[in-house]
Amino acid sequence: MHELDLIIIGAGPAGMTAAATAAKHGARVLLLDEQRRSGGQIYRDVGETDSARPYLGKDYAAGRALVAALNAPGIDIEVDATVWRVDAGPRVIWSRGGKSHVTRARHVLLASGAQERPTPFPGWTLPGVMPAGAAQILMKTSGLLPRDAVLAGSGPLIYLIAAQMIDAGARPRALVETQSPRMLLRAARHLPRALLATPTLLKGLGLIAKIRAAGITRHIGATGFSAEKTENGDILFSFTAKGHRHQIATPLLLTHQGVVPSTHISRAAGVAHEWNEAQQAFQAKTDPWGRTDVHGIHVAGDGAGIGGADAAKAAGRLAALDILHRLGRLTEDARNQTAAADRAAHRRAMAIRPFLDAAYAPLPEILAPEGDTIVCRCEEITAADIHASLKEGAKGPRQVKTATRAGMGPCQGRMCDLTVRGILANCGATPATPRARSPIKPVKLGELAALTSHKETSP
Amino acid sequence: MKIASRFLTPPEPAATIQLTLDGEPVTARAGDTVAAALLAHSGDASRLTARGAPRTAFCMMGVCFDCLVEVDGRPNCQGCMVQVRDGMVLRRQRGPRKLMGGAQDA
Ligand SMILES: Cc1cc2nc3c(=O)[nH]c(=O)nc-3n(C[C@H](O)[C@H](O)[C@H](O)COP(=O)(O)OP(=O)(O)OC[C@H]3O[C@@H](n4cnc5c(N)ncnc54)[C@H](O)[C@@H]3O)c2cc1C
Ligand code: FES
Repeated sequence: MHELDLIIIGAGPAGMTAAATAAKHGARVLLLDEQRRSGGQIYRDVGETDSARPYLGKDYAAGRALVAALNAPGIDIEVDATVWRVDAGPRVIWSRGGKSHVTRARHVLLASGAQERPTPFPGWTLPGVMPAGAAQILMKTSGLLPRDAVLAGSGPLIYLIAAQMIDAGARPRALVETQSPRMLLRAARHLPRALLATPTLLKGLGLIAKIRAAGITRHIGATGFSAEKTENGDILFSFTAKGHRHQIATPLLLTHQGVVPSTHISRAAGVAHEWNEAQQAFQAKTDPWGRTDVHGIHVAGDGAGIGGADAAKAAGRLAALDILHRLGRLTEDARNQTAAADRAAHRRAMAIRPFLDAAYAPLPEILAPEGDTIVCRCEEITAADIHASLKEGAKGPRQVKTATRAGMGPCQGRMCDLTVRGILANCGATPATPRARSPIKPVKLGELAALTSHKETSP
Repeated sequence: MKIASRFLTPPEPAATIQLTLDGEPVTARAGDTVAAALLAHSGDASRLTARGAPRTAFCMMGVCFDCLVEVDGRPNCQGCMVQVRDGMVLRRQRGPRKLMGGAQDA
Protein backbone atom coordinates (compact mmCIF):
# COMPACT_ATOMS: atom_id res chain seq x y z
CA MET A 1 0.00 0.00 0.00
CA HIS A 2 1.39 3.35 -1.03
CA GLU A 3 -0.31 6.47 0.12
CA LEU A 4 1.76 8.59 -2.22
CA ASP A 5 1.77 8.25 -5.98
CA LEU A 6 4.86 10.28 -6.68
CA ILE A 7 7.85 11.73 -4.88
CA ILE A 8 9.61 14.49 -6.80
CA ILE A 9 13.10 15.45 -5.75
CA GLY A 10 13.92 19.03 -6.71
CA ALA A 11 11.53 21.97 -6.87
CA GLY A 12 13.08 23.67 -9.91
CA PRO A 13 11.21 24.25 -13.16
CA ALA A 14 11.18 20.50 -13.98
CA GLY A 15 10.00 19.37 -10.54
CA MET A 16 7.46 22.17 -10.18
CA THR A 17 5.76 21.57 -13.54
CA ALA A 18 5.78 17.82 -12.92
CA ALA A 19 4.11 18.29 -9.53
CA ALA A 20 1.42 20.58 -10.93
CA THR A 21 0.74 18.26 -13.87
CA ALA A 22 0.53 15.13 -11.73
CA ALA A 23 -1.70 16.75 -9.13
CA LYS A 24 -4.01 18.17 -11.78
CA HIS A 25 -4.77 14.60 -12.81
CA GLY A 26 -5.44 13.50 -9.26
CA ALA A 27 -2.09 12.06 -8.22
CA ARG A 28 -0.83 12.57 -4.64
CA VAL A 29 2.58 14.18 -4.83
CA LEU A 30 5.34 14.93 -2.36
CA LEU A 31 7.83 17.55 -3.56
CA LEU A 32 11.16 17.64 -1.71
CA ASP A 33 13.86 20.31 -1.96
CA GLU A 34 16.92 20.95 0.15
CA GLN A 35 16.68 24.69 -0.32
CA ARG A 36 14.44 26.67 1.97
CA ARG A 37 12.03 27.62 -0.82
CA SER A 38 10.73 26.20 -4.07
CA GLY A 39 12.09 27.62 -7.32
CA GLY A 40 15.28 25.78 -8.21
CA GLN A 41 18.46 27.61 -9.23
CA ILE A 42 16.92 29.90 -11.83
CA TYR A 43 14.02 30.99 -9.61
CA ARG A 44 15.76 30.95 -6.22
CA ASP A 45 13.48 32.71 -3.70
CA VAL A 46 11.26 34.09 -6.47
CA GLY A 47 8.18 33.59 -4.34
CA GLU A 48 9.66 35.92 -1.71
CA THR A 49 11.27 38.84 -3.45
CA ASP A 50 8.13 40.44 -4.99
CA SER A 51 9.20 43.60 -6.76
CA ALA A 52 12.12 44.60 -4.52
CA ARG A 53 14.68 43.40 -7.07
CA PRO A 54 13.37 44.35 -10.52
CA TYR A 55 16.91 44.11 -11.92
CA LEU A 56 16.59 40.32 -11.85
CA GLY A 57 14.35 40.69 -14.88
CA LYS A 58 11.13 39.38 -16.39
CA ASP A 59 12.32 35.81 -16.97
CA TYR A 60 13.09 35.49 -13.27
CA ALA A 61 9.77 37.00 -12.21
CA ALA A 62 8.00 34.51 -14.50
CA GLY A 63 8.95 31.79 -12.03
CA ARG A 64 6.46 33.16 -9.55
CA ALA A 65 3.58 31.56 -11.46
CA LEU A 66 5.25 28.14 -11.23
CA VAL A 67 5.72 28.49 -7.49
CA ALA A 68 2.13 29.70 -7.05
CA ALA A 69 0.81 26.70 -9.02
CA LEU A 70 2.20 24.41 -6.32
CA ASN A 71 -0.52 25.62 -4.03
CA ALA A 72 -2.91 22.93 -5.25
CA PRO A 73 -4.70 19.98 -3.70
CA GLY A 74 -2.63 16.82 -3.86
CA ILE A 75 0.77 18.52 -3.51
CA ASP A 76 2.73 18.37 -0.27
CA ILE A 77 5.96 20.31 -0.17
CA GLU A 78 8.86 19.74 2.16
CA VAL A 79 11.67 22.26 1.93
CA ASP A 80 14.97 22.19 3.84
CA ALA A 81 14.69 18.50 3.02
CA THR A 82 17.96 17.00 1.79
CA VAL A 83 17.48 13.68 0.05
CA TRP A 84 20.48 11.46 0.75
CA ARG A 85 19.28 8.13 -0.56
CA VAL A 86 16.98 6.83 -3.27
CA ASP A 87 16.42 3.11 -3.78
CA ALA A 88 14.52 1.06 -6.29
CA GLY A 89 11.19 0.23 -4.77
CA PRO A 90 11.10 3.29 -4.81
CA ARG A 91 12.07 4.56 -1.43
CA VAL A 92 13.46 7.99 -0.58
CA ILE A 93 15.37 8.97 2.54
CA TRP A 94 15.64 12.63 3.38
CA SER A 95 17.01 14.64 6.22
CA ARG A 96 16.01 17.85 7.92
CA GLY A 97 17.34 19.38 11.09
CA GLY A 98 19.33 16.30 12.02
CA LYS A 99 16.48 13.86 11.57
CA SER A 100 15.97 11.46 8.69
CA HIS A 101 12.67 10.36 7.20
CA VAL A 102 11.89 7.40 4.96
CA THR A 103 9.11 7.90 2.42
CA ARG A 104 7.77 5.53 -0.21
CA ALA A 105 5.72 6.13 -3.31
CA ARG A 106 4.89 4.23 -6.46
CA HIS A 107 7.08 6.52 -8.54
CA VAL A 108 10.04 8.80 -8.01
CA LEU A 109 11.03 11.66 -10.28
CA LEU A 110 14.56 12.97 -9.89
CA ALA A 111 14.63 16.64 -10.87
CA SER A 112 17.85 17.64 -9.15
CA GLY A 113 18.96 20.05 -11.86
CA ALA A 114 22.42 21.41 -12.43
CA GLN A 115 25.41 22.95 -10.72
CA GLU A 116 28.02 25.25 -12.19
CA ARG A 117 30.97 23.50 -13.77
CA PRO A 118 33.98 23.69 -11.48
CA THR A 119 36.60 25.96 -13.07
CA PRO A 120 40.02 25.03 -11.73
CA PHE A 121 42.91 27.40 -12.45
CA PRO A 122 45.75 28.67 -10.24
CA GLY A 123 44.19 30.63 -7.38
CA TRP A 124 40.56 29.58 -7.83
CA THR A 125 40.27 28.60 -4.17
CA LEU A 126 41.14 32.10 -2.85
CA PRO A 127 38.53 34.17 -1.02
CA GLY A 128 37.32 36.61 -3.67
CA VAL A 129 37.02 34.00 -6.41
CA MET A 130 33.54 32.58 -6.83
CA PRO A 131 31.30 31.10 -9.51
CA ALA A 132 29.23 33.79 -11.22
CA GLY A 133 26.01 31.86 -10.56
CA ALA A 134 26.84 31.80 -6.85
CA ALA A 135 27.04 35.59 -6.83
CA GLN A 136 23.74 35.63 -8.68
CA ILE A 137 22.24 33.41 -5.95
CA LEU A 138 23.34 36.07 -3.45
CA MET A 139 21.58 38.71 -5.54
CA LYS A 140 18.41 36.62 -5.65
CA THR A 141 18.33 35.47 -2.05
CA SER A 142 19.96 38.38 -0.18
CA GLY A 143 20.03 41.34 -2.53
CA LEU A 144 23.83 41.46 -2.14
CA LEU A 145 25.49 42.99 -5.20
CA PRO A 146 28.97 42.13 -6.47
CA ARG A 147 31.34 45.08 -5.87
CA ASP A 148 33.46 46.12 -8.84
CA ALA A 149 33.59 42.50 -9.98
CA VAL A 150 35.20 40.94 -13.04
CA LEU A 151 33.19 38.28 -14.87
CA ALA A 152 35.42 35.67 -16.47
CA GLY A 153 34.60 32.64 -18.59
CA SER A 154 31.80 32.04 -21.05
CA GLY A 155 28.23 30.94 -21.52
CA PRO A 156 24.80 32.52 -21.82
CA LEU A 157 24.47 32.83 -18.06
CA ILE A 158 27.45 35.19 -17.82
CA TYR A 159 25.71 37.71 -20.13
CA LEU A 160 22.51 37.47 -18.14
CA ILE A 161 24.35 38.06 -14.87
CA ALA A 162 26.30 40.97 -16.36
CA ALA A 163 23.01 42.55 -17.50
CA GLN A 164 21.40 42.01 -14.10
CA MET A 165 24.43 43.62 -12.43
CA ILE A 166 24.21 46.61 -14.77
CA ASP A 167 20.50 47.04 -14.07
CA ALA A 168 21.19 46.77 -10.35
CA GLY A 169 23.78 49.54 -10.52
CA ALA A 170 26.66 47.17 -9.83
CA ARG A 171 28.42 47.30 -13.19
CA PRO A 172 31.04 44.63 -13.71
CA ARG A 173 34.49 46.13 -14.19
CA ALA A 174 35.14 43.90 -17.20
CA LEU A 175 34.07 40.75 -19.00
CA VAL A 176 36.90 38.37 -19.75
CA GLU A 177 35.43 35.88 -22.19
CA THR A 178 36.97 32.55 -23.09
CA GLN A 179 35.13 31.93 -26.37
CA SER A 180 37.21 32.81 -29.42
CA PRO A 181 36.05 34.02 -32.84
CA ARG A 182 37.08 30.61 -34.11
CA MET A 183 34.77 28.81 -31.67
CA LEU A 184 31.91 31.09 -32.73
CA LEU A 185 32.65 30.37 -36.37
CA ARG A 186 32.63 26.63 -35.72
CA ALA A 187 29.37 26.98 -33.81
CA ALA A 188 27.78 28.90 -36.69
CA ARG A 189 26.89 25.68 -38.53
CA HIS A 190 24.36 24.98 -35.75
CA LEU A 191 22.66 28.34 -36.30
CA PRO A 192 20.01 27.18 -38.79
CA ARG A 193 18.68 24.78 -36.20
CA ALA A 194 18.99 27.38 -33.45
CA LEU A 195 16.61 29.59 -35.42
CA LEU A 196 13.84 27.38 -34.03
CA ALA A 197 14.66 29.10 -30.76
CA THR A 198 14.82 32.59 -32.25
CA PRO A 199 13.34 34.34 -29.19
CA THR A 200 16.15 32.90 -27.04
CA LEU A 201 18.76 33.98 -29.57
CA LEU A 202 17.31 37.48 -29.65
CA LYS A 203 17.31 37.66 -25.87
CA GLY A 204 20.99 36.76 -25.86
CA LEU A 205 21.78 39.42 -28.43
CA GLY A 206 19.81 41.90 -26.35
CA LEU A 207 21.93 41.12 -23.30
CA ILE A 208 25.15 41.58 -25.26
CA ALA A 209 23.83 44.88 -26.64
CA LYS A 210 23.12 46.07 -23.10
CA ILE A 211 26.66 45.20 -22.01
CA ARG A 212 28.05 47.08 -25.04
CA ALA A 213 25.85 50.08 -24.42
CA ALA A 214 27.05 50.22 -20.82
CA GLY A 215 30.57 50.57 -22.18
CA ILE A 216 31.94 47.60 -20.30
CA THR A 217 35.34 46.37 -21.46
CA ARG A 218 35.20 42.95 -23.07
CA HIS A 219 38.20 40.71 -23.70
CA ILE A 220 37.53 37.83 -26.10
CA GLY A 221 39.39 34.54 -26.52
CA ALA A 222 40.98 34.76 -23.09
CA THR A 223 43.07 31.88 -21.75
CA GLY A 224 45.64 31.23 -19.04
CA PHE A 225 43.56 32.36 -16.03
CA SER A 226 45.35 32.82 -12.76
CA ALA A 227 44.48 34.61 -9.52
CA GLU A 228 46.67 35.90 -6.72
CA LYS A 229 45.93 37.75 -3.54
CA THR A 230 46.99 41.40 -3.33
CA GLU A 231 48.10 43.08 -0.12
CA ASN A 232 44.69 44.62 0.57
CA GLY A 233 42.90 41.31 0.03
CA ASP A 234 41.82 41.96 -3.55
CA ILE A 235 42.30 39.43 -6.34
CA LEU A 236 44.91 40.13 -8.99
CA PHE A 237 43.49 38.37 -12.00
CA SER A 238 45.82 37.55 -14.92
CA PHE A 239 44.90 36.19 -18.32
CA THR A 240 46.11 36.16 -21.90
CA ALA A 241 44.08 37.73 -24.70
CA LYS A 242 45.15 38.73 -28.20
CA GLY A 243 48.67 37.57 -27.46
CA HIS A 244 49.12 39.83 -24.42
CA ARG A 245 49.12 39.10 -20.74
CA HIS A 246 46.61 41.30 -18.89
CA GLN A 247 46.12 41.95 -15.19
CA ILE A 248 43.11 43.35 -13.40
CA ALA A 249 42.79 43.86 -9.65
CA THR A 250 39.27 43.29 -8.33
CA PRO A 251 37.61 42.50 -5.02
CA LEU A 252 35.61 39.76 -6.69
CA LEU A 253 36.43 37.50 -9.61
CA LEU A 254 33.32 35.69 -10.85
CA THR A 255 34.02 32.71 -13.09
CA HIS A 256 31.71 30.65 -15.25
CA GLN A 257 32.10 27.82 -17.75
CA GLY A 258 28.54 26.68 -18.03
CA VAL A 259 26.47 24.34 -15.89
CA VAL A 260 26.57 20.55 -15.66
CA PRO A 261 23.97 17.99 -14.52
CA SER A 262 23.77 17.16 -10.82
CA THR A 263 23.97 13.40 -11.00
CA HIS A 264 25.03 12.19 -7.55
CA ILE A 265 21.48 11.28 -6.72
CA SER A 266 20.76 9.39 -9.95
CA ARG A 267 24.15 7.67 -9.95
CA ALA A 268 23.74 6.54 -6.34
CA ALA A 269 20.25 5.25 -7.22
CA GLY A 270 21.86 2.93 -9.78
CA VAL A 271 20.55 4.74 -12.86
CA ALA A 272 22.65 4.29 -16.03
CA HIS A 273 24.53 7.41 -17.16
CA GLU A 274 26.19 8.48 -20.35
CA TRP A 275 28.90 10.93 -21.36
CA ASN A 276 27.70 13.94 -23.32
CA GLU A 277 30.71 14.91 -25.42
CA ALA A 278 29.25 18.22 -26.63
CA GLN A 279 28.46 19.29 -23.06
CA GLN A 280 31.50 17.62 -21.51
CA ALA A 281 29.51 16.10 -18.67
CA PHE A 282 27.83 12.94 -17.45
CA GLN A 283 24.05 12.79 -17.56
CA ALA A 284 21.36 10.33 -16.57
CA LYS A 285 20.24 8.19 -19.49
CA THR A 286 16.53 8.50 -20.16
CA ASP A 287 14.00 7.81 -22.89
CA PRO A 288 11.88 10.69 -24.26
CA TRP A 289 9.51 10.33 -21.26
CA GLY A 290 12.32 10.61 -18.74
CA ARG A 291 12.24 6.92 -17.89
CA THR A 292 15.49 5.42 -16.67
CA ASP A 293 16.65 1.82 -16.56
CA VAL A 294 15.64 1.60 -12.89
CA HIS A 295 12.01 0.63 -12.46
CA GLY A 296 9.93 3.42 -10.93
CA ILE A 297 12.56 6.15 -11.33
CA HIS A 298 12.25 8.93 -13.90
CA VAL A 299 14.66 11.84 -14.41
CA ALA A 300 13.62 15.22 -15.83
CA GLY A 301 15.32 18.57 -16.35
CA ASP A 302 18.98 19.46 -16.38
CA GLY A 303 19.94 16.23 -14.59
CA ALA A 304 19.36 14.37 -17.85
CA GLY A 305 21.41 16.85 -19.89
CA ILE A 306 21.57 20.64 -19.84
CA GLY A 307 18.62 22.20 -21.67
CA GLY A 308 17.72 25.26 -19.63
CA ALA A 309 14.51 26.17 -17.84
CA ASP A 310 12.10 25.93 -20.79
CA ALA A 311 13.32 22.46 -21.68
CA ALA A 312 13.14 21.50 -17.99
CA LYS A 313 9.52 22.65 -17.75
CA ALA A 314 8.56 20.57 -20.80
CA ALA A 315 10.52 17.55 -19.56
CA GLY A 316 8.86 17.78 -16.15
CA ARG A 317 5.43 17.68 -17.76
CA LEU A 318 6.38 14.81 -20.07
CA ALA A 319 7.64 12.72 -17.16
CA ALA A 320 4.51 13.49 -15.14
CA LEU A 321 2.26 12.43 -18.04
CA ASP A 322 4.12 9.15 -18.40
CA ILE A 323 3.91 8.52 -14.68
CA LEU A 324 0.17 9.29 -14.74
CA HIS A 325 -0.18 6.76 -17.51
CA ARG A 326 1.67 4.16 -15.48
CA LEU A 327 -0.51 4.95 -12.49
CA GLY A 328 -3.53 4.17 -14.63
CA ARG A 329 -4.74 7.77 -14.54
CA LEU A 330 -4.19 8.47 -18.23
CA THR A 331 -4.63 6.14 -21.19
CA GLU A 332 -1.74 5.81 -23.57
CA ASP A 333 -3.64 7.87 -26.14
CA ALA A 334 -4.46 10.61 -23.66
CA ARG A 335 -0.82 10.73 -22.55
CA ASN A 336 0.43 10.98 -26.12
CA GLN A 337 -2.08 13.61 -27.13
CA THR A 338 -1.45 15.82 -24.13
CA ALA A 339 2.27 15.38 -24.59
CA ALA A 340 2.38 16.66 -28.17
CA ALA A 341 2.62 20.33 -27.22
CA ASP A 342 5.27 19.65 -24.56
CA ARG A 343 7.27 17.55 -26.99
CA ALA A 344 7.26 20.47 -29.44
CA ALA A 345 8.22 22.93 -26.70
CA HIS A 346 11.07 20.66 -25.66
CA ARG A 347 12.32 20.38 -29.22
CA ARG A 348 12.23 24.16 -29.64
CA ALA A 349 14.08 24.73 -26.37
CA MET A 350 16.75 22.16 -27.22
CA ALA A 351 17.28 23.51 -30.73
CA ILE A 352 19.68 26.21 -29.53
CA ARG A 353 21.85 23.86 -27.42
CA PRO A 354 24.22 22.57 -30.12
CA PHE A 355 25.03 26.20 -30.96
CA LEU A 356 25.51 27.23 -27.32
CA ASP A 357 27.49 24.08 -26.47
CA ALA A 358 29.91 24.72 -29.33
CA ALA A 359 30.16 28.50 -29.00
CA TYR A 360 30.70 28.53 -25.24
CA ALA A 361 32.56 25.25 -24.73
CA PRO A 362 34.79 25.23 -21.64
CA LEU A 363 38.51 25.78 -22.15
CA PRO A 364 40.63 22.62 -22.44
CA GLU A 365 42.90 23.97 -19.68
CA ILE A 366 39.88 24.26 -17.34
CA LEU A 367 38.73 20.73 -18.22
CA ALA A 368 42.19 19.28 -17.61
CA PRO A 369 44.38 21.63 -15.54
CA GLU A 370 48.04 20.96 -14.81
CA GLY A 371 50.68 21.53 -12.17
CA ASP A 372 49.85 23.06 -8.81
CA THR A 373 46.26 23.91 -9.65
CA ILE A 374 43.97 22.45 -7.03
CA VAL A 375 41.57 19.89 -8.48
CA CYS A 376 39.92 18.58 -5.31
CA ARG A 377 39.08 21.58 -3.13
CA CYS A 378 38.09 19.46 -0.11
CA GLU A 379 41.27 17.44 0.18
CA GLU A 380 43.53 20.02 -1.52
CA ILE A 381 44.72 17.62 -4.21
CA THR A 382 46.49 19.19 -7.20
CA ALA A 383 46.54 18.29 -10.87
CA ALA A 384 50.15 17.19 -10.38
CA ASP A 385 48.99 14.76 -7.68
CA ILE A 386 46.47 13.27 -10.10
CA HIS A 387 49.13 13.00 -12.81
CA ALA A 388 51.49 11.27 -10.35
CA SER A 389 48.83 8.70 -9.49
CA LEU A 390 48.38 7.98 -13.20
CA LYS A 391 52.13 7.48 -13.58
CA GLU A 392 51.99 5.06 -10.69
CA GLY A 393 49.42 2.99 -12.54
CA ALA A 394 45.99 4.35 -11.64
CA LYS A 395 43.71 3.68 -14.61
CA GLY A 396 40.28 5.01 -13.74
CA PRO A 397 38.51 7.41 -11.41
CA ARG A 398 38.30 4.87 -8.60
CA GLN A 399 42.00 4.17 -8.58
CA VAL A 400 42.81 7.89 -8.73
CA LYS A 401 40.49 8.40 -5.78
CA THR A 402 42.09 5.66 -3.71
CA ALA A 403 45.61 6.82 -4.55
CA THR A 404 45.11 10.56 -4.01
CA ARG A 405 41.95 10.97 -1.86
CA ALA A 406 40.52 13.24 -4.57
CA GLY A 407 36.74 13.13 -4.20
CA MET A 408 36.82 11.68 -0.69
CA GLY A 409 35.91 14.92 1.08
CA PRO A 410 32.46 16.11 2.07
CA CYS A 411 31.49 17.31 -1.43
CA GLN A 412 31.96 13.71 -2.56
CA GLY A 413 33.48 14.67 -5.89
CA ARG A 414 30.94 17.29 -6.92
CA MET A 415 33.81 19.75 -7.34
CA CYS A 416 36.38 17.38 -8.88
CA ASP A 417 34.79 14.37 -10.63
CA LEU A 418 34.70 16.15 -13.98
CA THR A 419 38.23 17.47 -13.64
CA VAL A 420 39.62 14.05 -12.75
CA ARG A 421 37.79 12.75 -15.80
CA GLY A 422 39.25 15.52 -17.93
CA ILE A 423 42.78 14.71 -16.83
CA LEU A 424 42.23 10.98 -17.40
CA ALA A 425 40.82 11.65 -20.88
CA ASN A 426 43.76 13.93 -21.65
CA CYS A 427 46.10 11.08 -20.77
CA GLY A 428 44.41 8.79 -23.30
CA ALA A 429 42.08 6.91 -20.97
CA THR A 430 38.34 6.54 -21.62
CA PRO A 431 37.17 6.95 -18.06
CA ALA A 432 34.01 5.32 -16.79
CA THR A 433 31.23 7.19 -15.00
CA PRO A 434 32.49 7.78 -11.47
CA ARG A 435 30.55 6.03 -8.75
CA ALA A 436 28.38 7.85 -6.27
CA ARG A 437 27.23 6.25 -3.06
CA SER A 438 24.53 6.89 -0.50
CA PRO A 439 24.47 8.84 1.68
CA ILE A 440 25.05 11.38 -1.08
CA LYS A 441 25.25 14.19 1.50
CA PRO A 442 26.99 13.85 4.86
CA VAL A 443 24.65 12.45 7.50
CA LYS A 444 25.52 12.37 11.16
CA LEU A 445 26.21 8.96 12.63
CA GLY A 446 23.59 9.49 15.32
CA GLU A 447 21.04 10.29 12.64
CA LEU A 448 21.85 7.07 10.79
CA ALA A 449 21.56 5.07 13.99
CA ALA A 450 18.21 6.67 14.86
CA LEU A 451 16.94 5.81 11.40
CA THR A 452 17.52 2.09 11.70
CA SER A 453 15.63 2.04 14.97
CA HIS A 454 12.56 4.01 13.94
CA LYS A 455 9.64 3.14 11.70
CA GLU A 456 9.03 4.58 8.26
CA THR A 457 7.25 7.89 8.33
CA SER A 458 4.91 9.60 6.01
CA PRO A 459 5.08 13.35 6.41
CA MET B 1 43.82 43.49 8.76
CA LYS B 2 40.11 43.40 8.09
CA ILE B 3 39.21 43.00 4.44
CA ALA B 4 36.16 44.92 3.26
CA SER B 5 33.20 42.92 2.00
CA ARG B 6 33.37 42.08 -1.68
CA PHE B 7 29.66 42.84 -1.94
CA LEU B 8 27.55 45.97 -1.72
CA THR B 9 24.87 45.79 0.91
CA PRO B 10 21.46 46.13 -0.71
CA PRO B 11 19.64 49.45 -0.44
CA GLU B 12 16.51 47.55 0.61
CA PRO B 13 15.30 48.05 4.15
CA ALA B 14 15.70 44.98 6.31
CA ALA B 15 15.41 43.95 9.91
CA THR B 16 18.78 43.23 11.45
CA ILE B 17 19.90 40.77 14.06
CA GLN B 18 23.08 40.30 16.06
CA LEU B 19 25.39 37.33 16.00
CA THR B 20 29.00 36.75 16.92
CA LEU B 21 31.88 35.44 14.84
CA ASP B 22 34.78 34.18 16.94
CA GLY B 23 33.41 36.34 19.75
CA GLU B 24 33.21 39.53 17.68
CA PRO B 25 29.78 41.10 17.22
CA VAL B 26 28.38 40.98 13.70
CA THR B 27 25.20 42.64 12.48
CA ALA B 28 23.33 40.58 9.92
CA ARG B 29 20.15 41.00 7.91
CA ALA B 30 17.32 38.79 9.09
CA GLY B 31 16.50 36.09 6.57
CA ASP B 32 20.03 35.81 5.18
CA THR B 33 21.94 32.57 5.22
CA VAL B 34 24.98 32.37 7.46
CA ALA B 35 27.20 32.31 4.36
CA ALA B 36 25.55 35.45 2.94
CA ALA B 37 25.85 37.22 6.29
CA LEU B 38 29.57 36.42 6.53
CA LEU B 39 30.20 37.54 2.94
CA ALA B 40 28.31 40.78 3.64
CA HIS B 41 30.34 41.28 6.81
CA SER B 42 33.85 40.92 5.42
CA GLY B 43 35.94 39.74 2.52
CA ASP B 44 38.05 37.61 4.77
CA ALA B 45 38.24 33.83 5.06
CA SER B 46 35.43 32.09 6.91
CA ARG B 47 37.44 28.88 7.25
CA LEU B 48 41.01 27.61 7.11
CA THR B 49 41.71 24.28 5.45
CA ALA B 50 43.82 21.45 6.84
CA ARG B 51 46.80 23.11 5.15
CA GLY B 52 45.87 26.50 6.53
CA ALA B 53 44.54 27.90 3.27
CA PRO B 54 41.80 30.54 3.56
CA ARG B 55 38.38 29.79 2.09
CA THR B 56 35.00 31.46 1.88
CA ALA B 57 31.60 30.20 0.78
CA PHE B 58 31.86 29.32 -2.89
CA CYS B 59 28.86 27.73 -4.66
CA MET B 60 26.02 29.09 -2.48
CA MET B 61 23.91 26.05 -3.31
CA GLY B 62 25.02 23.30 -0.96
CA VAL B 63 27.44 21.59 -3.32
CA CYS B 64 31.03 22.56 -2.44
CA PHE B 65 31.18 22.49 1.40
CA ASP B 66 33.60 25.43 1.45
CA CYS B 67 31.15 27.31 3.68
CA LEU B 68 31.56 24.94 6.64
CA VAL B 69 31.35 26.81 9.93
CA GLU B 70 30.66 26.08 13.58
CA VAL B 71 27.13 27.19 14.50
CA ASP B 72 26.18 27.33 18.18
CA GLY B 73 28.81 24.74 19.02
CA ARG B 74 27.98 22.39 16.16
CA PRO B 75 30.89 22.06 13.72
CA ASN B 76 30.68 21.43 9.97
CA CYS B 77 27.43 23.24 9.30
CA GLN B 78 26.92 24.34 5.70
CA GLY B 79 26.66 28.10 6.10
CA CYS B 80 24.87 28.51 2.78
CA MET B 81 22.06 26.21 3.94
CA VAL B 82 21.48 27.66 7.42
CA GLN B 83 19.58 30.84 8.18
CA VAL B 84 20.93 33.40 10.68
CA ARG B 85 19.20 33.76 14.04
CA ASP B 86 19.51 36.47 16.63
CA GLY B 87 22.20 35.55 19.14
CA MET B 88 23.79 32.91 16.92
CA VAL B 89 27.36 32.03 17.89
CA LEU B 90 29.60 31.36 14.91
CA ARG B 91 33.17 30.14 14.94
CA ARG B 92 35.56 29.81 12.06
CA GLN B 93 36.91 26.30 11.67
CA ARG B 94 40.63 25.92 11.37
CA GLY B 95 42.41 22.82 10.18
CA PRO B 96 41.02 19.40 9.39
CA ARG B 97 37.28 18.98 9.29
CA LYS B 98 36.96 15.58 10.93
CA LEU B 99 34.21 15.09 8.41
CA MET B 100 34.20 12.38 5.82
CA GLY B 101 32.17 12.02 2.67
CA GLY B 102 29.81 9.52 4.20
CA ALA B 103 28.83 9.80 7.80
CA GLN B 104 29.75 12.79 9.88
CA ASP B 105 30.54 13.09 13.56
CA ALA B 106 29.32 16.08 15.42
C1 LIG C 1 23.79 28.71 -9.78
C2 LIG C 1 22.92 28.65 -11.00
C3 LIG C 1 22.23 29.78 -11.43
C4 LIG C 1 21.43 29.73 -12.56
N1 LIG C 1 20.77 30.86 -12.95
C5 LIG C 1 20.00 30.83 -14.07
C6 LIG C 1 19.31 31.99 -14.51
O1 LIG C 1 19.37 33.04 -13.88
N2 LIG C 1 18.60 31.91 -15.67
C7 LIG C 1 18.52 30.75 -16.39
O2 LIG C 1 17.87 30.73 -17.45
N3 LIG C 1 19.14 29.62 -15.97
C8 LIG C 1 19.89 29.65 -14.85
N4 LIG C 1 20.54 28.51 -14.44
C9 LIG C 1 20.31 27.28 -15.18
C10 LIG C 1 18.96 26.74 -14.71
O3 LIG C 1 19.03 26.57 -13.32
C11 LIG C 1 18.60 25.43 -15.24
O4 LIG C 1 18.75 25.35 -16.62
C12 LIG C 1 17.15 25.09 -14.87
O5 LIG C 1 16.78 25.69 -13.68
C13 LIG C 1 17.04 23.61 -14.70
O6 LIG C 1 15.86 23.30 -14.04
P1 LIG C 1 15.73 21.96 -13.22
O7 LIG C 1 14.33 21.92 -12.76
O8 LIG C 1 16.25 20.83 -14.02
O9 LIG C 1 16.73 22.08 -11.98
P2 LIG C 1 17.08 23.22 -10.82
O10 LIG C 1 16.38 24.46 -11.17
O11 LIG C 1 18.50 23.17 -10.74
O12 LIG C 1 16.36 22.59 -9.57
C14 LIG C 1 16.83 21.46 -8.92
C15 LIG C 1 16.39 21.49 -7.49
O13 LIG C 1 16.71 20.25 -6.89
C16 LIG C 1 17.11 20.45 -5.58
N5 LIG C 1 17.93 19.30 -5.17
C17 LIG C 1 19.04 18.83 -5.78
N6 LIG C 1 19.54 17.78 -5.10
C18 LIG C 1 18.72 17.59 -4.03
C19 LIG C 1 18.72 16.66 -2.94
N7 LIG C 1 19.66 15.70 -2.82
N8 LIG C 1 17.73 16.76 -2.03
C20 LIG C 1 16.77 17.72 -2.13
N9 LIG C 1 16.74 18.61 -3.13
C21 LIG C 1 17.70 18.55 -4.07
C22 LIG C 1 17.86 21.75 -5.63
O14 LIG C 1 17.89 22.37 -4.35
C23 LIG C 1 17.09 22.55 -6.66
O15 LIG C 1 16.15 23.41 -6.06
C24 LIG C 1 21.34 28.54 -13.29
C25 LIG C 1 22.03 27.40 -12.86
C26 LIG C 1 22.80 27.44 -11.73
C27 LIG C 1 23.52 26.20 -11.28
S1 FES D 1 28.91 27.53 -0.35
FE1 FES D 1 29.10 25.62 -1.38
S2 FES D 1 28.17 24.28 0.03
FE2 FES D 1 27.83 26.18 0.93
